[in-house]
Amino acid sequence: MGNHPPNVALFITCLGDQFFPQVGESVVRILRRAGARVTFNPAQTCCGQPAFNTGYREEAREVAARMVDLFEGVDYVVAPSGSCTTMVRVFYQELFADEPELLGKVQQLQKRFFEFSEFLVKIMNAEDLGASFPHRVAYHDSCHLYRELGIETEPRKLIRAVKGIELVEMKDNRLCCGFGGTFSVKYPEVSVAMAEDKVRAAAEVGAEYLVANDAGCLMHMQGYIHRQGLPLKTLHLAELLEMHE
Amino acid sequence: MSETGVQSAAIHERAHEALQDAHLQGAYRSSTLRLYNHRLTAIGEVPGFEPLRQRGRELKREVMDHLDEYLAQFADNVERQGGKVHWARTGEEACAVVLELVRKAGAQEVVKGKSMLGEEIELNHALEAANIRAVESDLGELIVQLSGERPAHIVAPAMHKTRHDVSDLFANKLHSEPTEDPERLTAIARGALREVFAKAGVGMSGANFAVAETGSIVTIENEGNIRFCTTAPRVHIALVGIEKIIPRLSDLGVFLRLLGRSGTGQKLTSYTSILTGPRRAGEDGPDEMHVVMIDNGRIATLADEKMREMLYCIRCGACLNACPVYRKIGGHAYGWVYSGPIGALVTPQLAGLGPARELPFASSLCGACREVCPVKINIPDMLLHLRGQVQERFPSPRPVNSPVSERRGIRLWAWVMKRPWAFALGGAVARLGSGFLSRSGREGGRRWITKLPFDPFSNWTDGRDFPAPDPAPFRARWKKMSE
Repeated sequence: MGNHPPNVALFITCLGDQFFPQVGESVVRILRRAGARVTFNPAQTCCGQPAFNTGYREEAREVAARMVDLFEGVDYVVAPSGSCTTMVRVFYQELFADEPELLGKVQQLQKRFFEFSEFLVKIMNAEDLGASFPHRVAYHDSCHLYRELGIETEPRKLIRAVKGIELVEMKDNRLCCGFGGTFSVKYPEVSVAMAEDKVRAAAEVGAEYLVANDAGCLMHMQGYIHRQGLPLKTLHLAELLEMHE
Repeated sequence: MSETGVQSAAIHERAHEALQDAHLQGAYRSSTLRLYNHRLTAIGEVPGFEPLRQRGRELKREVMDHLDEYLAQFADNVERQGGKVHWARTGEEACAVVLELVRKAGAQEVVKGKSMLGEEIELNHALEAANIRAVESDLGELIVQLSGERPAHIVAPAMHKTRHDVSDLFANKLHSEPTEDPERLTAIARGALREVFAKAGVGMSGANFAVAETGSIVTIENEGNIRFCTTAPRVHIALVGIEKIIPRLSDLGVFLRLLGRSGTGQKLTSYTSILTGPRRAGEDGPDEMHVVMIDNGRIATLADEKMREMLYCIRCGACLNACPVYRKIGGHAYGWVYSGPIGALVTPQLAGLGPARELPFASSLCGACREVCPVKINIPDMLLHLRGQVQERFPSPRPVNSPVSERRGIRLWAWVMKRPWAFALGGAVARLGSGFLSRSGREGGRRWITKLPFDPFSNWTDGRDFPAPDPAPFRARWKKMSE
């Protein structure tokens, strides 16, 4: 890398592109502020996880195989999602296990593929992005981010560096929010009951905001909160890091 | 192998019923959390619990890699100690072996210690059909036997029952005075069981471990009833799954430390019994000890590289306590003997993927199960594997109220995702459609959809609002952002 700013390609994710474009904008601005050169390849769509998660391996493989060529020549790929990062870094290994030629390329991609908070803290050594947000905030450890990638301290470091913020931990803070990809529509009642527990846990510690790093979890929790007319608000970590209150 | 007993298709209805039952929700929530927290405290007290899990896992792998040799060694040593080994390929064969032994013993009554394998092969039904009275002596098992149910949990069979429920049940079945005092309830059960222990000609047990090196079976428990079952009656019959083997007696320490702490948060359970052959001359104990070694689908799993790890399970129940889905829907929703995350693996493997094919999907794949598993079974990965098997081997479900089958839907999705123009177009169509379906949110800003058409999308909006796609997707916004 030398003295050149690292070349970072954004993988916005399919949900991020369509439902949370403002999160993508925040990610780009923050990465630039941290010293990266950011690119976006508009040929990108989805990592393939919805099909993989539901057991349709061939369809997942077809979609996932596209990812290999999308990010050639960049130093890093960054995604604002623990789950999509897990798909690439963990599940691609299994998905392409029988294709040695493609697997080699996949492994090259895996080495350069990072989740947003992980990339900021581990690669860019950035923690204080200059945000200020005088509110009480709870952080939700999304399951793939925490259990598959082992990322728990990085998001918290970034949150604690926000001026005026009060980070509170929910009881049983590693409990799943109930999204689970297609689980959310295959077992909708159970999924919603799990969201209820999560949202209650946030309310119990007096959080005004529930912060997470995954569009799926956020959509699910936000959808439940909106249906119930609750005062709790949700934020993606990247949005939080751009707050100036 | 009995497939008729499994009713996984009804999991959705039973989950719905469980979620509506506030009483049941309270029972599961408090019990699972209590056990979960006890485990956390107990493992925090041992330095090096992680290496211990790794050791347990390695030992299990060693056993599975050489199971044939260990089984032969175990059987030889049982016989050398004066016990008798019987082999059963299926549950039916195992029941037939037990029936024959009970007949030979001339027993009318059998007293049983808790055995999940006994539940699996539905031994009580077989005994009843032969007019032999079988009485469960574990308090939780007695409760589910009296109420005609299956165990709701691997280690706490009556987890779904409150004191009040048990009081009613005992008043009804054992004609006792209603009481919600746990000690009095236990005393009632004990009183009823004493008489059975005294009369029963055969005592039955399962086994937590079978030690190849010594031919011993090991049982662990908190009530002392298993020790009673295995020593007081003249004949002891142990039901042992072939995966229960551990190589050496010195390996037992690893598993005892793992099992007690993971299951109930105990350093050791109150009783640990190592049973090696029948009584010797001049000593107490049963005249005969029979060990029934049962396959019932395990060898097929041993041969299945992707699923083999399932046989590492030591039935501690920790994954059930940790599972947010189990905590909500409870054990009976899973439709068979084993429940929770491990049940969603064991049931398809032992009872057939066909009747159990709903189970691998009853998980958010959050990984809490793998985190607590004492032998680090990669449960989420195996659930994903089984999901793949279901989609390969069975017709795709046609969701209610949907124009296409799930498989066609996924194929369409893949077609779109391989074409960026189609993805962008799909987004545009969704924005257009959601313009009609959505309304402004409470605080302005994002628009929300309260009712989506077509399963599975309508399933989302049954309990949640769905965000309308943003009017300007990121790919459109990027044009203004590029350097």
